[in-house]
Amino acid sequence: MGTGHNVLGRALPRVDSMEQVTGATRFADDLTLPGTLVGRQLLSTHPHALIVGIDTSRAEALDGVRAVITGSDLPITYGILPVSQDENALAVDRVRYVGDPVAAVAADNAEIAERALSLIEVDYEPLAEVVDLEQGLSEDRPLIHGEGSGRNVHRSVALEFGDVDEGFGVADHIREDVFHYSGNTHAALETHCVLASYDASGKLTLWSSTQVPHYLHRSLERVLELPAGRIRVVATPNGGGFGGKTEPFSHEFVAAKLSILTGRPVRINLSREEVFYAHRGRHPVLMWVRTGFASDGRITAMHFRSFLDGGAYSSYGIVSLYYTGALQTTTYQIPNYRFEGVRVFTNKPACGPKRGHGTPQPRFAVECQLDRAAEDLDMDPVGIRLVNAVEPDSSTVNHLRITSCGLRDCIAKVAGASDFTARHGRLPHGQGLGLAVGAYMSGAGLPIYWNDMPQSEVQVKVDRGGGVTVYSMATDVGQGSTTMLATVVAEMLGLQPSDLAMVTADTDLTPVDLGSYSSRVTFMAGNAAVEAAGKVRDRVVRAVAEKLEANPSDLVLADGRVSVAGDPAAGPDWSEAVRMAIATEGPLIESGSYRAPELAGPYKGSGVGISPAYSYSACVAQVRCDADTGMVVVERVWLAHDVGRAINSLLVEGQIEGGVYMGLGEALLEEQAFRGGLHRGPSLLDYKIPTILEMPPVESIIVESVDPEGPFGAKEVGQGPLLPVVPAVANAVHDALGVYIDEVPITPDRVVAALRDLARGGSGRFGPESVPDFDFGTPVRVEPPEGFVAP
Amino acid sequence: MTEQVLSLQVNGVEHRILTADHRTLLEVLREDMAMVGTKHGCDLGECGACTVLLDGRPVLACLVLAVQVAGRTITTIEGMAEDGIPHPLQTAFSEKGAAQCGYCTPAMLLTARALLDEVQAPGPDDIRQALAGNLCRCTGYNKIIEAVEAAAGAQD
Amino acid sequence: MTMRLPNFEFVAPASVDEAARLLSDPGRSSLIVGGGTDLFPKMKRRQAVPTTLVSLSGVDEMRGVRVDAAGNCVIGASTLLADLATSEVVPSAVATAAASIASPQIRNTATVGGNLCLDTRCNYIDMPETWREASGHCLKDGGETCWVAPQGDRCWAINSSDLAPVAIALGGSVRLMSTRGERLVPVGDLYGDDGIDCHTMAADEILVELLIPSDGGRATYRKLRRRGSIDFPLLGVAAAGRFDPDGICLEVRIVIGAVTPAPVRATEAEEFLIGQRLTEEVIVQAADIASGPVRPQDNTDTGSRYRKWMIPVFVGRALRDLVADDG
Ligand SMILES: Cc1cc2nc3c(=O)[nH]c(=O)nc-3n(C[C@H](O)[C@H](O)[C@H](O)COP(=O)(O)OP(=O)(O)OC[C@H]3O[C@@H](n4cnc5c(N)ncnc54)[C@H](O)[C@@H]3O)c2cc1C
Ligand code: FES
Ligand code: FES
Repeated sequence: MGTGHNVLGRALPRVDSMEQVTGATRFADDLTLPGTLVGRQLLSTHPHALIVGIDTSRAEALDGVRAVITGSDLPITYGILPVSQDENALAVDRVRYVGDPVAAVAADNAEIAERALSLIEVDYEPLAEVVDLEQGLSEDRPLIHGEGSGRNVHRSVALEFGDVDEGFGVADHIREDVFHYSGNTHAALETHCVLASYDASGKLTLWSSTQVPHYLHRSLERVLELPAGRIRVVATPNGGGFGGKTEPFSHEFVAAKLSILTGRPVRINLSREEVFYAHRGRHPVLMWVRTGFASDGRITAMHFRSFLDGGAYSSYGIVSLYYTGALQTTTYQIPNYRFEGVRVFTNKPACGPKRGHGTPQPRFAVECQLDRAAEDLDMDPVGIRLVNAVEPDSSTVNHLRITSCGLRDCIAKVAGASDFTARHGRLPHGQGLGLAVGAYMSGAGLPIYWNDMPQSEVQVKVDRGGGVTVYSMATDVGQGSTTMLATVVAEMLGLQPSDLAMVTADTDLTPVDLGSYSSRVTFMAGNAAVEAAGKVRDRVVRAVAEKLEANPSDLVLADGRVSVAGDPAAGPDWSEAVRMAIATEGPLIESGSYRAPELAGPYKGSGVGISPAYSYSACVAQVRCDADTGMVVVERVWLAHDVGRAINSLLVEGQIEGGVYMGLGEALLEEQAFRGGLHRGPSLLDYKIPTILEMPPVESIIVESVDPEGPFGAKEVGQGPLLPVVPAVANAVHDALGVYIDEVPITPDRVVAALRDLARGGSGRFGPESVPDFDFGTPVRVEPPEGFVAP
Repeated sequence: MTEQVLSLQVNGVEHRILTADHRTLLEVLREDMAMVGTKHGCDLGECGACTVLLDGRPVLACLVLAVQVAGRTITTIEGMAEDGIPHPLQTAFSEKGAAQCGYCTPAMLLTARALLDEVQAPGPDDIRQALAGNLCRCTGYNKIIEAVEAAAGAQD
Repeated sequence: MTMRLPNFEFVAPASVDEAARLLSDPGRSSLIVGGGTDLFPKMKRRQAVPTTLVSLSGVDEMRGVRVDAAGNCVIGASTLLADLATSEVVPSAVATAAASIASPQIRNTATVGGNLCLDTRCNYIDMPETWREASGHCLKDGGETCWVAPQGDRCWAINSSDLAPVAIALGGSVRLMSTRGERLVPVGDLYGDDGIDCHTMAADEILVELLIPSDGGRATYRKLRRRGSIDFPLLGVAAAGRFDPDGICLEVRIVIGAVTPAPVRATEAEEFLIGQRLTEEVIVQAADIASGPVRPQDNTDTGSRYRKWMIPVFVGRALRDLVADDG
């Protein structure tokens, strides 16, 4: 085989880009079936209340209304995690946040549906509300899930790896800091939409903007009590996901039920307001972190506490909670580590996974604290990070396996490109530079529900004309998974990605992929595609080698031909080669699959954070601050990301830039804010996502550490680049103004408050002072993995 | 309900549509004319996803009534390619990776086109100002700016 | 497309007289619509449900900017903000203010008349219906209480027009027409200091044009907002002044917008400045005086404390603009 690559790593356009730019891409709301009804949901106007009665009779009597349903029509609970099945499609007996769907209608048109909603009378008996961490931890508030009153603790965790007390004992310097990271949300531009159709044969089809067709399929089976074989889920191209469409939602069950009842297709398109209530976005997390350092900057111990305000339902909450403690060790060698965390229920929209799931918050805390430790120890931000940086092929104290690791390279690259060391601390007042790093998983090591089947399967079928069709349930949410698969298969077969037909995200047609979450698709579906395409290639090579009487290992697949190395003109073109293979061994249909290695450590909760590979990033942000108004302008960002291997460099850059963008929004603008149980502004005017005017130039630097297990060495890039951006900005603001804004987002009012404090002789810090007194219990002690060497 | 028969000039073709006064151009395009290339993200003028060109100028289809635009020239994404040949902006958006999920893309393209129709070689700041009403949640905008610059270059 | 407009009849008369006649018809609940960029979102949220919309887009003479014989700028109420923003005839502060409004697309349909007649805004009222029901409808929304200041009996919704402060600072006035005739009103007198009763004009009066006198002096507009586009002002400060050759202030108007139901003139600060040269020290003092009486409420982004802090900063910047060398 030749060593050069056909298409790998090139900056090729997405395979679906011409459809996108001509407006031909069909999102869920663009699909129509004859006779489609408009579905709408009635939302709770109480943060916490019992439903005493619902009268739907007037709505039902309205001309043009085809069905009205309430909680009792969909009584079976669901939830993305098998251990937390605490949601109903429509509230049963009780509403838990403003926006909780309580009833739904299907009507001939939007006007009638709206009128019908206004005719539904719900009789509520309000309960005391629980709207923040403090209330969630109080003993005398009503339980949001359960009867009576008490602490609304969803789950708490206490783990200790190594001996933390000993680690602090040997420290030369110890810091304790408190941080708060406000909640924020995905705000994908496309609002969630589903079209459900129950046909005469008793088969239900859902076209939905979901990132997880497989999990939705399973949940529909459960809630609707239909056999899986009679349900088809098609994930339409998502108009952005970012984790916001990563679990089943009310409207999906509701549309399905309304279609079953009416025998007509039903569409539900959430309004922007409803999307803010459906949420599942970033948890607000209050954090306390105590870290011990040796005088040379090495970390001797870390004790991390996180308090998550989870909102009204579990969602991925348990996993989110564990994530706030899991990945601290993936960037720095922490020899002794204690993690304590708690998630509470509150009467607000449920939080869940957003790009970086549970890890941007602790990353913010750790990276800001590290800069301060560096100041204390008279080190520079680069130095303290390099002293602690993890090494390739090592394990962490909490049993994570690190293989490829380009962290040092990333730090060196951004520091070099931004001239960090020469400029940090030396820019005029108001201007600053900040550095931070991060790491993220290339796919969660375990599936969401326990099973020992592969996490991803891909099928490649070749027809007699040489046409290649790739089948995969991987769902393109804009990240380019379809292009990634096409590129991998094209690379293997010596074709162009645009030559292939891609059939994706359809539970009837495609083999399982668990979904577009946890940055798993490139690694897992990519590996499955490598295997499937490899089998196809082997068969074609075998057939051609036989025909040419050549040695199979001398054959090269490139430019649509199969030829002997060194003699590209000899040998058949691809379609002829395919016919040879079919003639010799029959249909050319092959499949491949991927299953992550067993990585879980010897403790409960070790399933969270394990991954076959970790991506690494480092970021430098340059800011200019207006000391009078507190406005922070990010002038430039450098971001180096170790993606293992770039399968398509254009798409990798796109993910880096998109991650930087989203991180900047979180750092400076975005907050899912509440006043009591009421959202402060469920609109794109009040919830401020950056416009083009807020976006600085980004220098993306691709680092390739070539992972031993990734497809062609590739790792993830969808989430990781966001992580270091937020603390890099915070550290830059400190460099610029001398203030410490320990609360994200870094809004102008917070900056000015800190500056005024500084001017009065204070510390110039804005942020939470303390964390609640919560008894996490005695931590479970876990011995470090065998062979773990403390630095 | 007051209804009128309107004559709408969309992408160079005259359409006669019977519609109620209170319906927006966005609703009429998507629901009555099956031209679903025009998107929506808020319905309230806050995101720019519904941008179409009215007499060559970008406007928000969610805040314009169909009755208000009768007889005027409307361009949607479906009318951007001419005789099946993509506009240079479309090619550039594809080649430069300016679309990720593609949801903001039709509106971005039309807004950018109005700019290029007016300014031959816009600089990055002109492009930023022109696209300041179009939100994109995926790309971070930089590849969009590159694509507009490339298309401007390809035009002359 | 979940948020839809309620039913209404749309009429587009060809003359102001006809529009005035339609508006005076007691049989209809009519509203004027310019570009609809303020009205339509409100109607979609059911904050307003008129049965008839009277559009002024068919009235040709209401569009465009001209300079009259006395050198005054006459800006037709139906002039698009996009056209005002690029007009070379209007004072640059007016163009700057227009260019800062909303987004490019909105400026391509929004009108000058609609901007000056913008309804007051508040983050308890400019919310979807479900939200307003959940919060308990506020005073402006037909309820009993203003949630911003529940002790009081008035509404604190904010005048967020970006043009109004500049127009007032420049001594502008508007021509209003109805079936009862026409009148010329200083822009400053157009607004009532109550979030509900926020306009002094009658419901059937049409704002036909905005007049900016030629002798308004040097002027500036400074807008505070979180994002460079789309956002309403969190604070808008306009200033205009005339100075003698030695830099002594002969006349000055300072107008603070987007904090209270009507834009407010900083009259004390203005009086303080007359006869003075605008040194840095004087500017700082004047800025403090200007900010003294203004009480922002917690009814938009970033809260009241911050906006209060920003008033002297922005007044100071506006005053510095007036005496800056570059013009
Ligand atoms: C996302 C978004 C952002 C915005 N940002 C800003 C901003 O930054 N600054 C700002 O100032 N505004 C902003 N606006 C509000 C609005 O777009 C502008 O104020 C615009 O100028 C309103 O003009 P219009 O012609 O569209 O008004 P319309 O909506 O047509 O009318 C507004 C009001 O004025 C009345 N009216 C209109 N014309 C007349 C007339 N000739 N005589 C009498 N009454 C009349 C109407 O009855 C209505 O009550 C924003 C709006 C949106 C949706
Ligand atoms: S749909 Fe968002 S601006 Fe029109
Ligand atoms: S590409 Fe997804 S919103 Fe712009």
